[in-house]
Amino acid sequence: MRFVDEYRREADARKFLTAIERLVTREWTIMEICGGQTHTLIKSGIDRMLPPQITLVHGPGCPVCVTPLELVDRAIAIARRPEVIFTSFGDMLRVPGSAGQAFETASTSGAWRGAQDLLSVKAQGGDVRMVYSPLDAVKLAQKHPDRQVVFFAVGFETTAPGNAMAVWQARQMGLTNFSILCSHVLVPPAMHAILGAPDNRVQAFLAAGHVCTVMGYWQYEPIAAQYRVPIVVTGFEPLDLLQGLYMAIKALEEGRYGVENQYIRAVTRAGNRAAQQLVAEVFEVCDRPWRGIGVIPASGYRLRAEYAAFDAERRFGVGDVTAQESPLCIAGQILQGLKKPHECRAFGRECTPEHPLGAPMVSSEGACAAYFNYGRT
Amino acid sequence: MNQAFALQCPIPISDYPTITLAHGGGGKLSQMLIERMFVPAFANPELEILHDGAVLSLSVAVEMGEGRGSRLALSTDSYVISPRFFPGGDIGALAVHGTVNDLAMCGARPLYLAAGFVLEEGLPMDELWRIVQSMAAAAQAAGVRIVTGDTKVVERGKGDGIFINTAGVGVIPPGVQIAPKRAQPGDLVLINGPVANHGIAIMSVREGLTFETAVESDSAPLNGLVEMILAAGGEAVHVLRDPTRGGVASSLNEIAASARVGIRLDEARIPVLEEVAGACAILGFDPLYVANEGKCLAIVAPEAAEAVLAAMRSHPLGRDAAVIGQVVAEHPRKVYLRSRIGGLRVVDMLSGEQLPRIC
Repeated sequence: MRFVDEYRREADARKFLTAIERLVTREWTIMEICGGQTHTLIKSGIDRMLPPQITLVHGPGCPVCVTPLELVDRAIAIARRPEVIFTSFGDMLRVPGSAGQAFETASTSGAWRGAQDLLSVKAQGGDVRMVYSPLDAVKLAQKHPDRQVVFFAVGFETTAPGNAMAVWQARQMGLTNFSILCSHVLVPPAMHAILGAPDNRVQAFLAAGHVCTVMGYWQYEPIAAQYRVPIVVTGFEPLDLLQGLYMAIKALEEGRYGVENQYIRAVTRAGNRAAQQLVAEVFEVCDRPWRGIGVIPASGYRLRAEYAAFDAERRFGVGDVTAQESPLCIAGQILQGLKKPHECRAFGRECTPEHPLGAPMVSSEGACAAYFNYGRT
Repeated sequence: MNQAFALQCPIPISDYPTITLAHGGGGKLSQMLIERMFVPAFANPELEILHDGAVLSLSVAVEMGEGRGSRLALSTDSYVISPRFFPGGDIGALAVHGTVNDLAMCGARPLYLAAGFVLEEGLPMDELWRIVQSMAAAAQAAGVRIVTGDTKVVERGKGDGIFINTAGVGVIPPGVQIAPKRAQPGDLVLINGPVANHGIAIMSVREGLTFETAVESDSAPLNGLVEMILAAGGEAVHVLRDPTRGGVASSLNEIAASARVGIRLDEARIPVLEEVAGACAILGFDPLYVANEGKCLAIVAPEAAEAVLAAMRSHPLGRDAAVIGQVVAEHPRKVYLRSRIGGLRVVDMLSGEQLPRIC
């Protein structure tokens, strides 16, 4: 397949690996931001092909993983209402809310674990539908004027333009039965949080190529300068990641910092201005809680006051729903790169893809699920 | 489709444009459905007796076993697929292929099928007719007879148009020993063609996804192919499996667990059509976990692998057959895959359904 096969050639992968082996003189810890990159690294086996001096830690860039538990509870509360058609991307449907969490210890193992997620709401008669685009949810709202259509708008800067477009279109059409449950998050504040933490281990980043396709990479230049780290904007195919790692290691070995762009076939410094304008029209920056990490200042989007009518939390009055995380889950440390999934005591025992305690085990992009599914135990 | 089946619907559409509860009531309308639709479409002497069950001759089994040593295989499966018609097939053909294939994977020659229909009140009569015609054509192509059946009608809203159960009987010739636990280190893993077509075809219709090239289901009867595999490999053919739901990954995991062996796959050798690979990349699916309905995994002793591969490739359903992996003594019960770039990873059983990812 064009634009895919070229980036999966074994001979080229060998060249990069050999080049990396020649470069490395000491130990380095590098974080890939995006869950899609984590997935490729583990799925193609790159983590096991690198020289032992290179430690990869997996970043917070999995939208399912960082969506706070209370948002899942709010989604479930809304989806249960008879007038609602609740729409979502596929991988949010299986994230358990707090009612389905297994707060169990070894002594209560085998106790009932009700998987209270959006799929089980569907099984119990709720109208929960998987969509491929928020614009499909807008179409549903047009088609069912007697129902309330809600879209679960989660994700990073990558999905923000599509969600902004859905809200913008709904307003143009004068729809009063469409709203979004919004939990958008932003990459640069998370990088600040990671680099500014006293126990930070990360020495270089692979920035998420798709986020940068929308936002460009100028935002990362001050981060690289402030913390003196190399940041390489990187794609998602195996060779993209190998090249991104090569560039990051070369910068580390040469003592350079700054932003470099590996993903030149998709990313420019300025990014997609039309998309950015639409996002700025509909959303404004706000403080956001990140699952397992806590509130990061100015780290997310919420709807602007002019678009408040499309805010599902307000429409259905679920803003005060809160939730308690499983005490066993160390998702926060995983998402900040402080621990690896298999260093968690619950990994593969209390916590498996069938019975996830935390979101990184649910999403296909979550670091825990990647480690579990591809046998990194 | 055979011309003989391409007739107009034999139930007067003007009188009964849709299925009514009375069509399952056992009275005149039930009888009309049987006599005008099912019996002429499936036409065979066993069915035409219209008894409570079919009476089958054992002569085939006796001939095949030269009087002894042949065994019967019995299998059943229910078909609830939505949509009922999809690129490359429909629920009727699938209901025949699925059970024929399950029998073939036991090493059996499928002979007879029974068909149970659960119809929902309101199903268009014309759709039922198209499905019945398709079943008849599929049975004829597979060389099996539909010899008995049953029809029930449920109230509107209590079904999804049509559900079909088929059960099948086949005969396993003497000497054929097909079982998952026979996989042994050194055996090679073969497949008859590209994976994931069926799942992606269904997904694209169900979700209204359109791709530049329409992906068609691979739904097909595999018994002819299996006969060629067995003729070429004989007792060296250890395991046959059609990787339907859960895909190649799940089937191979089951075999590895059953035989307590490891399986090593080579990603670069697994055939996947370009349009299917593209759809999987967009949706975030791994083709190894996507369903097939016309694929056969064969696990074969190494000395026979070349002959079996050649036999598969000489059959229309095996033109793109390939050796995709090997059974190993290491890592028992686990399937490993060598990635395209040379890395190694575990291929686990699928947990739940594959769900499309966010971005």
